[in-house]
Amino acid sequence: MSRKVILCRCEDVTLADVQHAVKLGRGDLEEVKRYTGFGTGPCQGKECLREVARAVAEATGSDPAALSPFTARPPLVPVELGVLAAGGRRPASPTRK
Amino acid sequence: MSPRGTSNHADVVIVGAGVMGLAIAYNLATRGGRRIVVLDEHYLAWGASGRNGGGVRQQWSTEMNVRLMQESTELCAHFAEEMGINVWMRRGGYLFLARTKAAADRLERNVALQNRCDLPTRMIPLEEARDLVPELETGPGASGGAAGDANGFVAACYNPTDAIVFPWPFLWGYARAAERRGVTIRTGVPVTAIERRGDDFVLTTPAGTLTAGRVVCAAGAWSPRVARLAGGTLPDRPVRHEILSTEPLKPFLKPMVSVIESGLYVSQSLRGELVGGVSMPEEPNPDGEVRLGSRLEFLTTMARGLCALMPRLGHVKVVRQWAGPYDVSPDGNPIVGELPGIPGFYVVCGFGGHGFMMAPVVARHYAAYLDGETPHPLFTAWRADRFGPGGAPPSADREEMIIG
Repeated sequence: MSRKVILCRCEDVTLADVQHAVKLGRGDLEEVKRYTGFGTGPCQGKECLREVARAVAEATGSDPAALSPFTARPPLVPVELGVLAAGGRRPASPTRK
Repeated sequence: MSPRGTSNHADVVIVGAGVMGLAIAYNLATRGGRRIVVLDEHYLAWGASGRNGGGVRQQWSTEMNVRLMQESTELCAHFAEEMGINVWMRRGGYLFLARTKAAADRLERNVALQNRCDLPTRMIPLEEARDLVPELETGPGASGGAAGDANGFVAACYNPTDAIVFPWPFLWGYARAAERRGVTIRTGVPVTAIERRGDDFVLTTPAGTLTAGRVVCAAGAWSPRVARLAGGTLPDRPVRHEILSTEPLKPFLKPMVSVIESGLYVSQSLRGELVGGVSMPEEPNPDGEVRLGSRLEFLTTMARGLCALMPRLGHVKVVRQWAGPYDVSPDGNPIVGELPGIPGFYVVCGFGGHGFMMAPVVARHYAAYLDGETPHPLFTAWRADRFGPGGAPPSADREEMIIG
């Protein structure tokens, strides 16, 4: 069995990647995000932020509650360009499938 | 206090650990013999260096920018190998599209200049643009776009040697290489005061004071604030620009595509996501503060432009939007060199949204300049005293190709 532990499934960021980033001195979630790319995929950190925060806290020996999450970027959920182009309304003629 | 020779003295303190500050630190350290400290209020990639679209292009309207970017693109092409870090560089070229005769004429003039610099840019027929990007709607664009977003392109030009990169690893690469050469990088350390003491500067921070023989302000859009600490004034202003990223897609888009009139640009990164922005009306900003909030208006404007340009993108999802500052000077050209009236205080700012791609080459020439070598002509063309006391911009050699 592989010993690789995936923390961010969108960007394939592993526990070892996070530990490596911390070892290089990047102890805050914004920096770890930028160094590893975790949280930049389709889920935008909704699945992985807690796991990565716990890994960072363990690696730095700090209190997980003291870590701030990275800045949440809009939109809250992924939105189709066609919906946005229609000014937030559903496009007149959806052509999916 | 921290007299010369102690650990709190540096020969050169660089304020700003963005790509420009780090690249100058690296290039200067390579020349040896100096103690160099880089200070930043935030963490690496917090500012514009971590917020830009990663475009690296050589299609410009002034010879200075064309030639510098030819050199910078070559430096980028060798960066991964030299620094041992993947920067996700992809040379898919840049395709510019024009809707009006006036813009088409400008592109033709620029292409002629670029060809004189041995850049292989060509005006290409629209059908060749469609061959390059089959998803492109070059006609009136009935589907997807609202009124006013019709494409109706009349001209296109393409340079295959332009590129895109993923910006963040450039910072890690420069930082690591600089540190290996003895540079000290301190993040989370804002400079709150800069005073003159004899031949030195005294910089105050919450983490203590340090003295410096020379100070380089490489703070991008925050440069006017840093210069004010030293008693200087700079005429550049921060302008908020927004950008978005979509979900990752299978690779389909070869070049960066940009529309002259709307300032829309979009590329597909090696990670698969589409990354792009569009010009928005400049907001009034009398206090000169940098604003980094995101707006729905940008999302809808960009989405309309993209759906008109490539109607097939309608079902592609936006996952993230963010903002960064363009650091804009009165004539659109950068401001470099020693600040008049403050000997030993140097600036490198006003790059108007293309500082990232320029940093590799500008930093190299900047290190030579700080080392006392004959300065590159950019130090004359972009000198800080050219605006005069009233800040009136010189009109000659204004760069036309500012996008986004």
